[in-house]
This record gives sequence, structure tokens and C-alpha cells, in this order.
Amino acid sequence: MSIADALGGAPAARRTIRLERTGRRLPLSVRDLRELLAYHELLFFLVWRDVKVKYKQTALGVLWAVLVPFTQMLIFTLVFNRALHVKSEYHVPYPLFVYTAMLPWTYFTSCLSASSTSIVGNQNLITKVFFPRLIIPLAAVVAPVLDFLLAFSVLFGLFIYYGRAPHWHAVVIPAFLGMALLTAFGVGLWLSALNVRYRDVPFVVPYLVMMWFFATPIVYGVTAVKSSTQGLLALNPMAGVIDGFRWAVLGRGLPHYHVYAVSFAIALAIMLSGLWYFRRVERYFADLI
Amino acid sequence: MSSLAIDVVGISKQYRIGQMHSAIDTLRDHVMHGLRTLRTRSAPRETIWALDDVSFQVAEGEVLGIIGRNGAGKTTLLRLLSRITEPTRGYADVTGRVGSLLEVGTGFHAELSGRENIFLNGAILGMRRSEIVRKFDEIVEFSGVEQFLDTPVKRYSSGMFVRLAFSVAAHLEPEILIVDEVLAVGDAEFQKRCLGKMESYGQSGRTVLFVSHSMPTIARLCPRLLLLDRGRLVEDGPAEHVIGRYLHGDIGTSARREWHDRETAPGDDWARLRSARVVDANGVTSDVVDVTEPVGIEIAFDLLRRETVFPWIDLLDEGGTLVFSALDTNPVWSEPREPGRYVATAWIPEHLLNEGTLHVTVSVKSMLLGAKPWRHAEVEAALTFQVVERDEPTARGYFTGRIGGPVRPLLRWTEEAAGAEGGTPLVARGQSD
Repeated sequence: MSIADALGGAPAARRTIRLERTGRRLPLSVRDLRELLAYHELLFFLVWRDVKVKYKQTALGVLWAVLVPFTQMLIFTLVFNRALHVKSEYHVPYPLFVYTAMLPWTYFTSCLSASSTSIVGNQNLITKVFFPRLIIPLAAVVAPVLDFLLAFSVLFGLFIYYGRAPHWHAVVIPAFLGMALLTAFGVGLWLSALNVRYRDVPFVVPYLVMMWFFATPIVYGVTAVKSSTQGLLALNPMAGVIDGFRWAVLGRGLPHYHVYAVSFAIALAIMLSGLWYFRRVERYFADLI
Repeated sequence: MSSLAIDVVGISKQYRIGQMHSAIDTLRDHVMHGLRTLRTRSAPRETIWALDDVSFQVAEGEVLGIIGRNGAGKTTLLRLLSRITEPTRGYADVTGRVGSLLEVGTGFHAELSGRENIFLNGAILGMRRSEIVRKFDEIVEFSGVEQFLDTPVKRYSSGMFVRLAFSVAAHLEPEILIVDEVLAVGDAEFQKRCLGKMESYGQSGRTVLFVSHSMPTIARLCPRLLLLDRGRLVEDGPAEHVIGRYLHGDIGTSARREWHDRETAPGDDWARLRSARVVDANGVTSDVVDVTEPVGIEIAFDLLRRETVFPWIDLLDEGGTLVFSALDTNPVWSEPREPGRYVATAWIPEHLLNEGTLHVTVSVKSMLLGAKPWRHAEVEAALTFQVVERDEPTARGYFTGRIGGPVRPLLRWTEEAAGAEGGTPLVARGQSD
């Protein structure tokens, strides 16, 4: 089977597909992967649509992508650093310290709110056309990457303002962004599929985000936590993402490999379990929505 | 090598009643539901077979039509073959790339421009980007909305929207095309082009599955038809034969109701309903009638006491909206009548009702209370029948789109010769009588 065939390009050998009730199966077989690949253009168009539509008819437009993490940085600096005397780490000023954390965190929360309602929000597609359903939550975690990149550009300004230069550690930034995407996709799979049956999900998400915020080293650093509890903190995959992201961006201090490893394993576990649940219930989507 | 495009074997689809409308919506409902089932042990689940053991085969290049009343399972079948839902039992082997048009404009986004929507919608329907780019000009030309390509579609008129949406769909070139009644859109000129497009699809060797309520359209496009009734495949054969069975067949009993026991029959101490049926011009029970034929509503009732009563019918459309009410105005009903069995039939003239499903409420009333009639016996929505269109000419004329409204009378139209001297009146001249 060549790639061209897989993409439905060459009209050569026609495959017969058997439509029947699915029994036990792998969460994602080779055939499913091939089908997902064949629909990569739809993924592109859905992402493109979400990006295009997001800031339509807003006065500030894409400026919001920068404004939100930036103002939050100001507020957190005032509240946590000035008022509550939380210390920054990695020997950098607190605003820079918190802004680097806000980047993956803002990305993550946008993903959660977008993906939790993604299946229900696209019900007109689900009930009328066939395509691999996984594309929808996938598009929901890909589209916010653009906002992330925009907000990231502000970092250069902050670097100049504080008179710093980027460090070679920065080459691993994509790896930590990838880990954030993995985590967001995993949680998004759970939430989007659950939301089809339980419309409580949109009510739960804000609380989930708030609690998750305090369980993640955003306004504080990993070393502020006792080393014995650092392992516990790492069970939150976003802890590893944000700590690693900080280390990569700020280029100071020692990497916490054990934190990254545990976080990555948990992120993978969430993604696989999400995939398992999503694939198990996706066949009811069109009937339940 | 088999040349079968679709091989359906014993396919069935079960729905829980209310499932389609999310009976269990929130976590709380689910918990409450769980508690209830715990308490009552085995709560009987009400289920319905939307499709029941349907088998058929479609050869490559065949154009197949599917007809049946509302709720017969046509759409469920198309949804199964389009891979939108899964069968509960049975299977279907599908060979070739499937494109389905269950709706016009699926995934159109109001905020995006016409140009952007062509790409988005094309991708959703399964077209590849290069394919869309190649056909772009053709799509735009077919739709006739060139000037508005960069306008958000939310500013489009509904006609423009539908034309653009259909144009994208019409350029889909799958090996198997599944179409659900999407032709009923647009103006007459556009309709004709769409029908032409559909015909050329059939001739180009593609396999087409087509659902429609319009008998002239389906007879023109499909040599072979399937007739579904309450989830079952009741007929599979040449179009003429199947349409005949559909229009004059015995399928369904919703066109006749009988109350055998006088004691339990609906009614009071004055009158009791005994039977009601929908009949065609020849007096034969029929639940499908043609627009061009009159239809009779026959009511039989027993009068138990000497009283002045009259039979009454209410016609309701599918949504439960009253189309009209009528009572028997024959002077014999203005006098008290002797106890006994009475049978009256109300004749609804041809070319009055629109296509669609109609429910009939039958009753026996009297004027005992003055202005407000006294209902002695009444059965709501006792009968159901379908008005279809098979023969021309009708009030539809050459228009092939959807005509709304509960009635569709065939009116007499007159035309005034407009003067050639340029004084063409904007408003038709008043009647000169």
C-alpha cells in the first residue's frame, strides 16, 4: 500500500469496507491511522477555520492572544510577588519568570475549553458526514498553537527589556510544547467525548482549570516545593511541561529530569486512556448528540 | 472480482426511544436514571427498530432510489451507509469511495466568505485541496455568485447560500454518491441544472443512492427502487412497479381505525365512533393519495339517543398545525336523528392539499351548548395519510423546488396583454366586470 493509495489519490485497487457494529478492537489500528492520514487536509481546514473565525468581529483581534498572558503576568507579579512575596527562580525577575509559565499554560487552557465543546459544537458535521472523529479534538489542540506563537514573540521584548540573551537550551522548547499538546489532547479526548453524553462538562471545565492552576508551578517554582513532594508535583503533567519550558527558555539552573520523565509518562497515560475512551464511544456520537 | 458496489446483509438499527433527542443529558439525569433502574430492578427499555433486517445489493454504476413514508427508515439507511452511525446487527460491504450529501451546506461557516466556504465545505465533503482548486472556477460559475465570492456568507440571501452550497456538492466525484432529498432547493432554473447534473452522474457509471418524496423526480432518475416501511424492505424492483405499490398498496394501517366493541368505543352516552378511514376516489382504503386525486375521510358512528349531531374532521399537518376543520353541512344533520349506525364521508377535492403527511382528528359533535360544540366522541390524530405527487400537471407546474404551506391549490391564473406602447402597468389592471 503506497502513500498515494492511502491518501485516496490513485483510483487503483478499490478497497471494500465492511460497515458493521464494532466489537473489541485496538484504540487505533494501522487502518485507522491510515484513514486519519488520508484526512489530513480536513484537519488543516478545520484548524484554518478555527483560526480564521476566532477573532472575527473583535476590535482588538489577534492582540488578545498577547494581551491575556501579558496582563495576567502583571497581575500575578503584583499579587504573588509584591504582595505575597513569592520568589522567582532561575535567577530571573519575577515578571519574566511568570510570563514563561503563562505561555504553555494559556495554550493548555485554550485547548481545554476548545476541545471540551468541540464534538458537540461540530454536531452538524458529526451527524451529516463521515470522517475520522479524532480529527475534531485534534484540530482543537492544534489551532491554539498559533496564539501561543504570537504570545511567544512578546518574550523577545521581555528579554530585551531585561537585557538577556536566549540560551542554547531553547532548542528543546518544541519538545515541551509537544508535551503540552499531548496532555491537552489527552484531556481534550476525555472531555469532548464525555460532553456528548453529559453536558455538565462545560460547567466543570472552569473549576478544573482553576484547581489545576494552583497545582501547577506557575506563580511559584518547583524548587519552592520540598524535594520529597516534587515527585508528587510531577504527577501533574503540566508541572513537567512548565518547569521544563522555563528551563529551556530562561537557560539557567539545572534541569529536573525526574520531573519531566514522570510528567511525560502521565501525559502519555492520559492520552492513551483518552484515546481508548473516545474510540469506545465515538460510534454513538451521531445517535446521542 | 465482484462488480457490487454495495452489499447490504441483514442490516438492522435499533434506537432507544428518546435517544435521538438525548433523554439522558446531564450527569444528574444519569444518576437519577440509575437510581430508578436500581429500584425497579429491570426497567423495560423502550426500543424501536429504525431498520429491521434489510438486505439488498447495488451493482456498480446502478442508480437506485429509496422511497417510503416518513419514519420508514430511509434516512437511517443512508446514515448507516455513509458511516455516520453503526448498524446494531448485520453488515454492509461498500466498495469504492463514498460521498454523501445528507444536507446542503454541511459545515458552512457564516463568518467565512464564499470563497473560503468552498474550500472548507469541499474538504468536509471529502474533496482534496488540489481537486477543489481544479474545479474552483466551475463551482463558482455553476453557483452564479461570482460577485459575492469575498462576502461573508452570512450576508447571502438564502437562495444564494443554497446555490453555492449545492454547487460545491455537485462537483463531488465519488464512486458512490448518497443523496438525501437535497434537490428540493433553489429556484426552478437552478433545479433543472441540478437534475441534469444528477442524470449525468447516473450516466457516467457512478453508483448513486437517492432518497426523495417526489415521485416524478425519482421515477426519472432511478430505474430501480426500494420501498421501505417501518424499517422493513417491502419492495425492491422496477420503479413503476414499486411506485404503484407505494401509492396503492396495503402498507401501513394508519389509514383505517376500527372500534369493534361498542362499550369501549370512544364516545359518550349519545354517540360512539365505530370506524374511520381514508379512502381514495374508488372508496378503497388508502394511506397514500396523489395530489391529483380527491381523498375521502369516512366516519362511521352509532347514535345511541335521538339527538342532533354531526360528524366533524380536523386536518393537521406533521407539526400538528391545524390545516382546516370541516363539518357535514347536509341539512339532514340539522334535525334530531333516530338511534342507529351512520356513515358519512367528507371529500377533500384534488389539488387542495400540499405534499406531506397529514393527520386527521375525527369527531361527532352537537350544538347542545350553543356556540361551543359539544364533543360526543373524538379521537385525535385517528388517521394518518400521505399526500404525494406522481402525475403532472399539478399546481407545481414546472417548478421542482419545495413549495411550502399546508395547502397547494391549483389556481386559475389570468394574464393581461401588456401594452407595447411602453405604458406597461406595474400593477395588473382591476377586474372589469
